[in-house]
This record gives sequence, C-alpha cells and structure tokens, in this order.
Amino acid sequence: MARARWPLLAALALCLLLPLVLDQYKLYVLSLTLVYVILAIGLNLTLGYAGQISLCHAAFMALGSYAVAILGQHRVPFEVGLVLGVALAFTWGLVLGFPALKVKHHYLAMVTLGFNIIVFLVLRNWESLTGGSFGISNVARPVWGPVSFKSDRAFYFYILGWTAVVVASAYWILHSRWGRAFRAIRENEMRAEVVGVSLRNYKLMAFAIGAAYAGTGGALFAPLLGYIDPGAYTLDRSIQFLMMVVLGGLGRFEGPFIGALVVTILPEVLRGSEGLYLIIYALAVIIMMLFMPKGLVGLWDLAWRFSRSRSSPSTSSASLR
Amino acid sequence: MALLEIEKLTKHFFRLSALSGVSLSVEPGELLGVIGPNGSGKTTLFNCVTGVLPPSGGHVRFRGEDITGRTADAVYQRGIARTFQLIQLFPEMTVLENMLVAAQEKTGTLLSRLLRREETQETARARELLEFLGIARLQDNLASNLSYGQQKLLDFGMALMSDPQLILLDEPMAGVNPTMIKNLMGHILELNGRGYTFVVIEHNMEVVMSLCRRIIVLSQGERIAEGTPAEIADNPLVLDAYFGR
Repeated sequence: MARARWPLLAALALCLLLPLVLDQYKLYVLSLTLVYVILAIGLNLTLGYAGQISLCHAAFMALGSYAVAILGQHRVPFEVGLVLGVALAFTWGLVLGFPALKVKHHYLAMVTLGFNIIVFLVLRNWESLTGGSFGISNVARPVWGPVSFKSDRAFYFYILGWTAVVVASAYWILHSRWGRAFRAIRENEMRAEVVGVSLRNYKLMAFAIGAAYAGTGGALFAPLLGYIDPGAYTLDRSIQFLMMVVLGGLGRFEGPFIGALVVTILPEVLRGSEGLYLIIYALAVIIMMLFMPKGLVGLWDLAWRFSRSRSSPSTSSASLR
Repeated sequence: MALLEIEKLTKHFFRLSALSGVSLSVEPGELLGVIGPNGSGKTTLFNCVTGVLPPSGGHVRFRGEDITGRTADAVYQRGIARTFQLIQLFPEMTVLENMLVAAQEKTGTLLSRLLRREETQETARARELLEFLGIARLQDNLASNLSYGQQKLLDFGMALMSDPQLILLDEPMAGVNPTMIKNLMGHILELNGRGYTFVVIEHNMEVVMSLCRRIIVLSQGERIAEGTPAEIADNPLVLDAYFGR
C-alpha cells in the first residue's frame, strides 16, 4: 500500500478540486468514472482476488439501479433504495456463489453469463415493475432535508463520498484474513482447503461482497443518468467491467482505479476521431494487453521500481499487495 | 486410544480400485512409515484421510471422532495437517503469508477473522518455525522464488503452523538433495521427540528404515505387510511387491 498512498492522496485531491473547474459534461464523465471504480472494485474482489470468474456484474448493478428507481417513484428516500438494492445484490451474489462451489473457469463463466441474460429478460418483460423496454425515467437523486444533491456538482460529491466508503471497506476486507484467504483460493484452491480455508464460506462471500459493491455502483448509476432501461445492463456491460479489471490489473488494489479511468476516459478522448474511434479504442486495448499482460498496473510497478532504484540500490523481491 | 484409526477404507475411481479395505491405526507420538510401489494407493490413502477425496467405503476416526468424508478444511481444523508429493504452495504470496494462511483458520468464526486485525501470535509462531527450518531470512520472498528444497521446507512449515496432532508427510524427501534430506530428517525426528505424531510416505528406503519405528506396506490398494524396519526388509511379500519375484 506504501506505493499507492501518495498517488491515492493525489487522486483524492484531484477528485475534490477538479469539479470546481469542469464543465457539466466532463463532470458527468468524472462521476461515471467513480461509479465504474466502485463496480470494478467489486469485480476485482470476486475475480481478481478470489479467482471466481463472473460475467454478470451488470446484473448485480441492475438490482441496485432498479431498487432506487422503483422505490424513488414511491418517494422512498434514496438511501433506503440503495440499502435494499445492495442487500438484493448481496443475496443474489450469495445464491450465485453456490454454483461456484461445483463448477470452475469457463463453466462458471457460462453460469454467470446465463444469470445476466435472465436478469436482462426479467427487466425487459416485467413491465409493471420495471417499465420494460421503456425503462424508468426521472430517477430521483438524494435529498437530506434542506441539503439537496440534485445538482450535478452536489451529486458528484455524493458519489465521491460513496466511492471513499467502498474503497475504504474494500481495503479493509482485502487486507484482512479474508483477503488472504481469497488470494489463497485463487492461487491454489486445494491447498487452501487443506490448510483450513473453507471454500464454501469464502467463495460465497467473494461473490456476495463483489455483488454488493456492484449494487452500490448501480444505485448511484441510475440517478446519475436520470433514466434507466434494460439495455444498460446487458452482457456487453459486464464485459466492459471485465475489461476494466483485466486492463487495470487483476488482483491488484490499484487495478480498478486505472482500469475504470482508462475504459471510461479513452473513448471520450477518441471521440474526436469520428467513426474511427471504436477501431482505435479496440486496437489500443489489444496493444495494451499484448505488451502489459498483467495490466496497466505493470507500468505503475515499473515506475515504482525505477523510483526505488534511484533512491536505493537494493529492492525487495516480494511485491507489495 | 489410537490417534487415527482407519477401518476398511476403500476408494474406487470408476472400475479401478485404488484402495481395497485398508485398515491401520496410528498411536499418539508415533512415527509411522507407509511404503509401497508406485500406484499402490499411498497418496490416495492420505487424500481420503484428509478430505481431499471422499472415500468409497470404510471409516476414518480421529481421536475417536468419525471424520469420514469430512471436507479438507474440517479435517484440518480437527488437527490433521499434511504436505504433498508435488509441492502445493501459494506461489504469488510471500513465505510469511503462506505460513499465516495455514494458521488463520484454526480459531475464531468467519466474522471474527474479518474483524480481528491482530496477528502477533501467528506471526511470531510463523517466524519461529521459519527460524527452526532455516528459512527465516526468506520470509518476504515470494514462494515461487524459492528453490525446490526451500519450497519443501515451507510446505513442511505450513503443516506445522496449526500445531497439529497428526502430520502426514507425502514423500518429503522426493527430489531433495542429500544435505536437505539429512536436514529434513533431523527436523522430523526432533519434532517427533517433542511429541508430534507423523505418518510418512517415502520411496527412499534408507530414510524410511532409519526414520520409522513401524512400517506399513501397501500394494495394489491393499495392505500386505506391517512391522519393524527389519521385519519389512525381510518380508517376502514386500520383496515380491517391489521386485515382482
């Protein structure tokens, strides 16, 4: 964490100061990046740390989004919807964790992929509750008595607050015995079980906590856009989260920050190239994966080692995680 | 009362019978050797005892409790630890972290393991064991960066972390140089002297004969002989199993 402390503080300072100078659209992109950071942290916990492939992160996100959107229509406070959405996502994460006890790798990927499709179909076809393909518009933003988060800037800071909560809690979990157990399962499942790690408990928790973070991100995503429909929670979106985590650096705490930033900002930067931007974007991703298979966090490591070698001739062989 | 009692343990892989009604018992403080030609069912026996594989039949009792078919983590928490023929570590974790994983699940609930940050006792024990095994200076290295012999020592150290009552060693000397063999034998004997109970699978006959006071021989999934090293060395059934007379 030592190597992450200063950049994290710098990022926090930027997150606090940037909104004061950014226009509305850029502020929206920055808010979206923070939401994606939350979502990517969840997937990184499930996939990167515990090694459980999940292709249904968008489905868990949808549970959070629809909980606040549906309850918001009935004037239920935003936070109640958020807590309910997170609880729903956590519960479904637990449920989906059970197949992970039986199947692995691409088989588990197929199970989770199936869940994403089921959730999408339910959202599209249960019109009386979800609004079907038309979705739900005017998703309310939180209001605390006289304090309103309806303006884009105020809501940005609201999202930033939740991001801080998620980052702190993820840090707490991943640097506890649970985090070590998650990594042990990822590294060598059989050995982990033979030294007492309960695969059932930890795999279920890895899915459930990752899903709960996705629910949190989803709950913030809905009022950020103001309108949601099932099209926002397809398999494409789940793959986008997968890309964030892999591109950033699987199983590294810094990974989701870098991945979410690149996957959200890069298309915006390339938008000026008109129709070519998707091709350039895809090529950029392929090149990054070819030369940095451990993710962009590899660049980070390189810079860290370089700075250490300049300040001290000896370096530790162990990587800090 | 025997520490471990195995009664008519069988394990089938489809039509292949890896273990056929194997029975044995291990007394507290014993250093028992299990030998047999390749494919005789030695590792399968360990796998069935430690919950890595569910047995097809028979019973395993540890300190009087029936632990047959329990999951590997449940067996570990009852006090049985093991090493593997092919070293099984957490390669991208440091030596100290490998040791701590092996200690953390022994006590407390799932929630208490999340909330309790303090690890002074576990860390102290891990360092003490690494010191005992002579690899303390490597505690911050990744396990994957260790030499084969050092990995064997770490694997052994992990088995000791929970202060188990029974340690199953699966070919601890395989692929290890003579100096390291001497070193490992010294550690096993010293720990046995302190009261640790061992069951050792080993192909190195010199090691088994000098290390163990009682030896059980398996062949084609069956127990064919039991006795002192001298008795086993002269047993025609054992010679037949090894040399196919």
